[in-house]
Amino acid sequence: MKLSSGTVRLIIPAASLVLLLAAVFYMQPRAMSYTGLNLLFNLAVPIALATIAQMLIMSVNDLDLSMGTFVSFCACVTATFLQTSPVLGILILLGAIAAYAVIGVVIHIRDLPSIVVTLGMSFVWGGLAVLILPSPGGNAPVWARWVMTAKPPLVPVAIVASILIAAVTHYIVMRSSFGVLMRGVGGNDRSVERAGWSVIGIRAATYALAGFFAILAGIALVGLTTSADANIALRYTLLSIAGVILGGGQFVGGKVSPIGAVIGALTLTLAGSFLSFMRISPDWQIGAQGAILIVVLALRLALNRLEKREKSQ
Amino acid sequence: MTETLKREEVVAARGIKVTFGAVKALDGADLVIHAGECIGLVGHNGAGKSTIVNVINGGLSPHDGSLSYSGSEIHGISAARANGVRCVFQELSLCPNLTVGENARIMHAELKGWNWRSRALSLVETQLRDIFPGHSIDCDLSIDDLSIAERQMVEIAISFAGIDQRPKLVILDEPTSSLDAGLAAQLMAYIRKFVREGGSVLLISHILGEILSTSDRIVVMKDGRVVADRVASEFTTRSLVEAMGNVVREQEFSRAASVRTGEPVLSMPPRRGHGLAFQAWRGEMIGLAGLGGHGQTEALLDLYLDRNSNWWPTRRGEIAFVAGDRSLNGTFPLWSILKNLSIASLGQLSTKRMVDRAREETLGAGWKQRIEIRTPDMGNRILSLSGGNQQKVLFARALATTASTVLMDDPMRGVDIGTKQEVYEILRSEAANGRTFIWYSTEMDEIRLCDRVYVFRDGAIAAELAGEEITEKNVLAASFSEGDAA
Repeated sequence: MKLSSGTVRLIIPAASLVLLLAAVFYMQPRAMSYTGLNLLFNLAVPIALATIAQMLIMSVNDLDLSMGTFVSFCACVTATFLQTSPVLGILILLGAIAAYAVIGVVIHIRDLPSIVVTLGMSFVWGGLAVLILPSPGGNAPVWARWVMTAKPPLVPVAIVASILIAAVTHYIVMRSSFGVLMRGVGGNDRSVERAGWSVIGIRAATYALAGFFAILAGIALVGLTTSADANIALRYTLLSIAGVILGGGQFVGGKVSPIGAVIGALTLTLAGSFLSFMRISPDWQIGAQGAILIVVLALRLALNRLEKREKSQ
Repeated sequence: MTETLKREEVVAARGIKVTFGAVKALDGADLVIHAGECIGLVGHNGAGKSTIVNVINGGLSPHDGSLSYSGSEIHGISAARANGVRCVFQELSLCPNLTVGENARIMHAELKGWNWRSRALSLVETQLRDIFPGHSIDCDLSIDDLSIAERQMVEIAISFAGIDQRPKLVILDEPTSSLDAGLAAQLMAYIRKFVREGGSVLLISHILGEILSTSDRIVVMKDGRVVADRVASEFTTRSLVEAMGNVVREQEFSRAASVRTGEPVLSMPPRRGHGLAFQAWRGEMIGLAGLGGHGQTEALLDLYLDRNSNWWPTRRGEIAFVAGDRSLNGTFPLWSILKNLSIASLGQLSTKRMVDRAREETLGAGWKQRIEIRTPDMGNRILSLSGGNQQKVLFARALATTASTVLMDDPMRGVDIGTKQEVYEILRSEAANGRTFIWYSTEMDEIRLCDRVYVFRDGAIAAELAGEEITEKNVLAASFSEGDAA
């Protein structure tokens, strides 16, 4: 049977996750338990959601540099308005989704580089977050706390949530008509336009959907940490981009994989724990995390080259 | 004649004019396509074939003239699609990251609702079987995983497929460029069948055999106008080539009898395993002709990379390159004219790795005078110049180097005739001084300036013409193949 190139691209991320997990279990056998797994992957849930949001933006050949500050902003809204006056909170979050759609339209119509626009927006979101929560605080809504600390039988909630996120987004991005159009815009927007579709509409919807998933990331994060801070998720910008790439996605060409993105987010979270287990001092951890990224990406490049050589023969 | 008049007009474009800046792409062209006929459209580079196709499919709105689909005057891409106009473009226009079925979903908006995947698959598979019986394309693969020929087959099949209504007019722009002879024959047979059932096809091809055998009517375009529109049986390969050519404007040039001494300065074995080998001697001006996109630019790049590493610049450049697309890979838009000129020769202009300002300015002043760059100050931004003068700066950039060979990738696109004449003069005198020029041009007048011409077809050199043999007729005859050779 001939493997499709999409499946081949998933092999490396899946294999690196399994390898890392095996290494963690070898060093710390007690992690091989319900509580252990939940602790290992707990923080992966918001990262996975943010990674999915970033992946949606990347599927139309753009990049969102405001992801971290936007998730922080959403976390602040969740810990304050959404908790005290839910209606107002929901309205603010809906407004944020609309803002994302507008950003998508502006980027398309004015033909602006998405990096510049989202970098500018990152200061807007960061400023709003500070206005809402000048000092760390707030409270998590009860339901968010309940969801994130639920204890389903057999499998910890972090794993269940990851699988659920992967399944739902796989359906939206890879199976639905909308997903096809979205990836079509990334692959060849002229051909989508020639077929009579509105590329502006598709882009607006894609950005709105990305905003929605980023909001979920903010809520999940507050559900875990019980309170928020304006700088709570700044790392998410780069983590989400790294997660998409690690999971077999590409910067251009509409080649993305939701399952791969979730796996990428899990791998990144696990890489942090793995380095702690190795007793590497926190000073070196960021560098070591980068080294892991480079190794995985190098493997993928090698695989791509192999694939290309096979095709040209 | 009375019979054709009764037939339904699928598309009628009359007196269409389209201008891009100073260039008249279409100058009052008429094209009427009736139901149940296959029209062959031929013409040389810049004749306006692609422009009229873009007008018909709604991508371009004409500046003058009338355009109607089945009698109603509406415009735009969706109007054209609603009237059953489909187009297979020369450059592949599928989404490479999607599967065959997903691409069908994008092209056919009607495929909505539950279970569209299996319906899309059966649609494409049935159509592929109809057109190319015995094909072996797995429609679950993404376009990336298919070969070029398979991609083209899929695109053709998707365009011919219809769910609620069959397409009325399918425009095929060089559909057989990457198909082998067997597949091309299958496609031509299908076109005949489609036409018999009442559909219409507009076929553009450089293989005249295909055009002559498949079309009912042949339209010949030249300089944005339709110059011949007759029943296919009235044409022969010869008369078709003559209709495309420009018999009146035959100019006389005095070519210096080239003296070949010693080894060729550049040579290249036959490309893609067939055709002729390429050779260039010192002081020659060599033209690369043929239809656009038949491998001329690739040949130039190969010649260049042959001498210069892709990774590391060589110390002394023997070859200079004049790019064709000024804005894409020619000028540095933010720099001054002088900086744009001197960038290629900074090595000679520097002492101790520092650019010697005085020498740079002398160089600039010298070239400003020599090629008459019309500017008060070489320190002005390059964009303050007209397009033609920008192009002159790019020429000067290449000529100011010590390179003995200059490669030119259709550099005169969109340059006015006066500037062209000046540049031709400079090229001639530089060639007489022993420089070698290799010049890809889509314009016949420029090709006729060369000492020797290689005509490209399908990525390989199809013919070599020298001296008096370089006529428009000979170049055209070599650019369009007879038919059987795919």
